Amino acid sequence: MRSESIIKPSSLKMGIPNLEAFSNTLQNLAESDNDIIVVTSDSRGSGKLVPFGEKYPEQIVEVGIAEQNLVGISAGLASAGKKVFAVSPACFLTARSFEQVKNDVAYSDNPVNLIGISSGVSYGALGTTHHSLHDFAALRAVNNITIICPADNYETEQAIMFAAASDFPVYIRFGKKPMPFVSESKDFEVGKGRLVREGKDAVVIATGETVFPALEAAQYLEDNHNIQIGVVSMHTVKPLDGGLLKELAKSYPVMLTVEEHMVNGGLGEACAAFLIQSGFSPKFKIMGIPDEYTITGSQVEIFEHYGISGRGISKEILELISL
Amino acid sequence: MTEIELKLKSLEYRKKILRYIKMASAGHTGGSLSCTDILNVLYNRIMNVNPQNFKNNERDRYIQSKGHSVEALYVVLADQGFFPEAELETLCKYKSHFIGHPTRKVPGVEQNTGALGHGLALSVGTALAAKLDNLHFKVFTLLGDGELAEGSNWEALLAASHYKLDNLVVILDYNKLQITGPNAEVMNLEPVIPKFESFGCSVRQVDGNDLKELENNLLDVPFEKGKPNVIIAQTVKGKGVSYMENTLKWHHGVPNDQDYKLAIEELNNQISQLQKPQLHEK
Repeated sequence: MRSESIIKPSSLKMGIPNLEAFSNTLQNLAESDNDIIVVTSDSRGSGKLVPFGEKYPEQIVEVGIAEQNLVGISAGLASAGKKVFAVSPACFLTARSFEQVKNDVAYSDNPVNLIGISSGVSYGALGTTHHSLHDFAALRAVNNITIICPADNYETEQAIMFAAASDFPVYIRFGKKPMPFVSESKDFEVGKGRLVREGKDAVVIATGETVFPALEAAQYLEDNHNIQIGVVSMHTVKPLDGGLLKELAKSYPVMLTVEEHMVNGGLGEACAAFLIQSGFSPKFKIMGIPDEYTITGSQVEIFEHYGISGRGISKEILELISL
Repeated sequence: MTEIELKLKSLEYRKKILRYIKMASAGHTGGSLSCTDILNVLYNRIMNVNPQNFKNNERDRYIQSKGHSVEALYVVLADQGFFPEAELETLCKYKSHFIGHPTRKVPGVEQNTGALGHGLALSVGTALAAKLDNLHFKVFTLLGDGELAEGSNWEALLAASHYKLDNLVVILDYNKLQITGPNAEVMNLEPVIPKFESFGCSVRQVDGNDLKELENNLLDVPFEKGKPNVIIAQTVKGKGVSYMENTLKWHHGVPNDQDYKLAIEELNNQISQLQKPQLHEK
């Protein structure tokens, strides 16, 4: 069964891919700051950084297909005062070079900005080698790194500007398909989730490209079942916004998390661990990619298959509410 | 500092390395003793780095990739005045900031190392930053021979050569023993010189326990314009203590009271030998 999006929340304006929003933001930053350095591993094309390289040839460093080297060299550059953006597919950046991230960046406190492009299952049918469904789990277990997964162009721009100005390591991951703006409010702050839709019956805590299907589900449930769903864009996976989680747990009897990540070790488990240790026990469900060999398909098909869609999320919420 | 005084420093460093390893009941004895002379020459003859300029971006950098030989580094940094030597009595003890691998918690340490195969890429990035900013500092990194089996080194060398980093100085502490046995048996590195040369480096081979030879070659950097510098320092693991030299047991062996007494006696004898001709001269 191939289902279409059920409802397009009508007020949402379409944007460009977060990848392009990233590249544009970086060019703007480099215009006034020649300490901005982009380091790529034969990834300037897939990172939409060809224009950056043409405009600022002195500010792009190529290391070839060598992700360990990408991160090690980036750490060295950062230690000498450069504002470094190490750009590589999220799958390789956080697995092949995991030890360099752990030791040379996080442990050594070299403020490299690690940019994981085409994250999650963006590469679709290219398969598991190219999926990053482990990156939150891996990096959550590393001290001294902020993890951000922006939902839309606005959150991406803000995250990149935050990273350029920060003096500590930041990991930002996003996909490559055009994304709608999930809210009109300009209230992005690292470490603070955004309540992009208010509700009362249940709340969906989503991150990155799963915020939009959560909004679709909310619209569908309001229109068809008179159920009011809150939606949070939890763009910062670490440090987690515990204050907001507590407020949500007080207001909503049903909580559901959605992420483009394996259900193990990601946003959902982080929220669950925080809530239960804070004395809350809402009806709770973690949605993501299950612990199995991921089905073959496009990103959209993989999302649909595992219920990361307006229809799938609606179904889970209805089941949780009826428990 | 005279040649004799420099030689005496190496011997004093060796005594201190053994002293603090014994106090900590832990350490990498053989590898610290093999690289002592290299660190001595770097910090006392070559590098422009000291506690006063350590925050200055134009200082020379030393990044110890073979992080396990940290005792040699700590002893030399204490001698350079980065911290009081007495602090080393806490080495590896509960709550000490003197961890058993280089850590930036210790003044004078550039990078946190210990996992092998990381120092060279860090050094390449730092040397590249110097080139980008037209700064003239040099980056020195000390590699162990065993860690050359890590592929990350060869990735980093490709980049060093590609970016013509003649401000990068790679020193191989070639004592030829690793924890399991001789490199030649564990994973053969030879022929090592052509390997570095084929990666585009300018390579020199020196006696890594000969202070004058080390100094003369390090003063020659860059060996060739536009090429990374590699020094294959032929060293002796456990150098300076006869029963430790070239002996696998002392990779991370800790001397007992008797071992320690013997080692200090040997080193004191070498000190006396060095001091004798000086007395004659007076």
